[in-house]
Amino acid sequence: MAEELRIVLRNADKIDASNINDYIKAGGYTALEKARRMEPRAVIEEVKKANLRGRGGAGFNAGLKWSFVPPAETKYVVCNLDEGEPGTYKDRTIVQKDPQTLLEGMAICAHAIGSRQGYIYCRGEYPYLVEHLNNAIAQAKAAGVLGDFDIEVRMGGGAYVCGEETALIESIEGHRGEPRFKPPFPGVAGLWAQPTVVNNVETFANLPEIINKGADWFASIGAASYPGTKVLTLTGDVVNRIAIEVPTNTTIRQVIYEFGGGIRNGRKFKAVQIGGTSGGFIPESLLDTPIDFDSMRNIGATLGTGAVFVMDDTRDIVDIVTRIAKFFEHESCGKCNPCREGTFRCYEIMKKINRGAATARDIDNITVLARVMQKAALCGLGQAAPGPIMTTLQHFRHEYERKLLS
Amino acid sequence: MVTLTINGKQVQVPDGSTILQACRLHGIELPTLCYDPDLRLAGSCRMCIVEVKGRPLFLAACVAPAENGMVVETESPDIVQARKVILELLLARHGGKCLTCEKNGNCKLQDYCYQYGVSDTRYADGGRHHYPIDDPNPFIERDYNKCIMCTRCVRACEGITMARAINVKNRGHNAKIATAFDGNLADSPCVFCGQCIMVCPVGALTSKVSAGLGRAYEVEKVLTTCTYCGTGCTLELNVKDNRVVGVTSNRSADWSPVNRGALCVKGRFGWDFINSPERLPTPLIKENGEFREASWDEALDLVASRLQKIKEESGPDSMAVFTSARITNEENYLAQKFARAVLGTNNVDHCARL
Amino acid sequence: MANYRDIIARYQDKPGGIIEAYHALQREFNYIPREAVKEVARVFRLSEAQAYGVATFYSYLSVEPRGNYIIRMCESAPCHIAGADEIIKAFERELGIKVGQTTPDGKFTLELTECVGQCQGTPVITINSVPHVGITPDQIPAILALCK
Repeated sequence: MAEELRIVLRNADKIDASNINDYIKAGGYTALEKARRMEPRAVIEEVKKANLRGRGGAGFNAGLKWSFVPPAETKYVVCNLDEGEPGTYKDRTIVQKDPQTLLEGMAICAHAIGSRQGYIYCRGEYPYLVEHLNNAIAQAKAAGVLGDFDIEVRMGGGAYVCGEETALIESIEGHRGEPRFKPPFPGVAGLWAQPTVVNNVETFANLPEIINKGADWFASIGAASYPGTKVLTLTGDVVNRIAIEVPTNTTIRQVIYEFGGGIRNGRKFKAVQIGGTSGGFIPESLLDTPIDFDSMRNIGATLGTGAVFVMDDTRDIVDIVTRIAKFFEHESCGKCNPCREGTFRCYEIMKKINRGAATARDIDNITVLARVMQKAALCGLGQAAPGPIMTTLQHFRHEYERKLLS
Repeated sequence: MVTLTINGKQVQVPDGSTILQACRLHGIELPTLCYDPDLRLAGSCRMCIVEVKGRPLFLAACVAPAENGMVVETESPDIVQARKVILELLLARHGGKCLTCEKNGNCKLQDYCYQYGVSDTRYADGGRHHYPIDDPNPFIERDYNKCIMCTRCVRACEGITMARAINVKNRGHNAKIATAFDGNLADSPCVFCGQCIMVCPVGALTSKVSAGLGRAYEVEKVLTTCTYCGTGCTLELNVKDNRVVGVTSNRSADWSPVNRGALCVKGRFGWDFINSPERLPTPLIKENGEFREASWDEALDLVASRLQKIKEESGPDSMAVFTSARITNEENYLAQKFARAVLGTNNVDHCARL
Repeated sequence: MANYRDIIARYQDKPGGIIEAYHALQREFNYIPREAVKEVARVFRLSEAQAYGVATFYSYLSVEPRGNYIIRMCESAPCHIAGADEIIKAFERELGIKVGQTTPDGKFTLELTECVGQCQGTPVITINSVPHVGITPDQIPAILALCK
């Protein structure tokens, strides 16, 4: 029987999340103290060696990201709490259950890169977290644990694209949340053109334990190329719709059947979409794949944010993908042509297929369009948007064909 | 210098060049819609995408730095197909009313559809926006049904004229160029300079004053200097059948060194007086309260004799000469010379002194 | 009711604080009045077109008047398969309005939203951003009755 391993959620439900003293009693802020006794370079090296890869979806080595930051008078640490991928509630869970571990993680990063100002960009859908975080920050400041590092919470306004780091930066600056072209990368010129590290909540929340227990400890957990744990959020037709934290070598099958308790109402499994609404659809035959970033990529899927959206055998794949296509049409920022027009046309074609009015030619047209979007769109939104269409055409093509006009 | 390979040819370009600059430096043309060398970069139309060996994604050449050892393909089959699809997507939004469009023959979307053989779109099933064309201002026709969202107008308004009258409203497929509250230009900080018309690659923004008078391929462009003020902006009179039918501008620093294409409302739209029937074709002399036509010789003789008479009766300082910024320095010099040497007065003034 | 100028002034020293100011305006007025967009532009030294562009970009900001209770139905895929369509129809029936509309008394506005991050309890609605999970159509009259 697979078991949870809790690193970022180590204090969840064990401490009073609204009281910093509980966190400190549980060993909180010892890692920050330890980090501050280390040379900033050494902290970066330690994180790099731990091979902590970004938990927001892109999977980039966090320490390596930090190492690109050039010397500058002002640098920023930005926490991405714009958890917009449907089916994902891990960052909310982490922050609700243990906000101080996030703040400590950000402060460790701040020491490593030499920053005195942090921002937490909290999605507009979570106003109740803003209050919770402001309370946590006030307590941390009062306790003096953050030293000269300040953290401010900024709120988004309901825009999925702001989970993309440069769109997020634009939004903090008070602009329309349109992604910037890269380079320059935020590490070199980010918020107000200053070097900026943007990491996900879960990435920061891993840092205290990595500093306390060491890179070797962390690197030995889970899958070798994507070590550590991943917080997964289960939703859809699974018995237990819960957040879990498991080593990254856990398989999808274990997640669904051992932690998730299997399929609801005694039904059979049909598909699972992992990593949020841009993730690939995975059929039964691939359920023994470990959830780590690279294993998932090898089967044409993604780990993404770690959302696990399970569908039983009664579910209409084409209808669900049509709904997902509407999501991207609604969330495209409209800056680049392939995404602005492409997401709109994908949705139009999916609607046509879903209502039984399409022919095989429409499938060809959407396939051609999808391939162009994946390679030509400006940011990850447009590049990832066709993923569900492409993976369902691959694994569930018969469901499309059933709806075509003959 | 940076050394890279473009379409199988090794080339060198200065450090800091983009792939687009590298291509153009070596005579390789790339299609661009949002790119404008005078404006803030957008990197958004994705027409200039290229394939770079080892990169999983296409790079937009206008914003991608040229790097040592890069192997770039600008017209590979995948790139050509992607451009075709992007053009189809734009065509589905745009609608393509070339037959009656002012910009027919002078439209980048048309040019690229021609170049890549895109005559129709597979992606128009879902319909398109139908925006009203109803801004009542006398100068700028705003037909957003033809807009391809390159945002060059927004960036020109911001970066050249600094009026910041327009921006993008909404998002995704509903994104649209708009003033604050999506109203009329007259209710915005717009100064009707028409720089937005100058940079618009399609027929979304055109001159109302020139509407229906002739398209780019029908007119001869005569480079001249604007006469409205002393700035000396270069403009192009668009001439058809010996009549001025419009004004455009030339953006090259060599040909238009003062303004590089930028004009004001008067220069760009204030040319209809040239062919006005109310314009005087000959001098007029007033006799018994009525004007009659006269020759130049007769008119000048009359003025000379009257000036002579005033000088004799009231002295030269009873007269003054006022000149204008709308004539050249040389003409202004002659005017003061005339005042001092012929009339004999130092009463000389000029509107630009105020 | 607080003056929109006073609300905006609270954020004027915050770099990029325009979105925070918009949220604060919405907490007071349920939407961003036109005069407030102009004032935001002035205070944050943006053009009015830019301030308007920001206000119309984010789906949780509105430049159109809305009701005191903004009910949002999540229709992302997990809520979709959990019966979001049925809930929307039930709300439309109960309130006598369509999605995107406000009741004539100005009390309720019904909107769709994408995922609100409560997917452990689909289908999910929010009322003034407070999530209510595991909603069934027959609970709707009781939920509305709670909105005084």
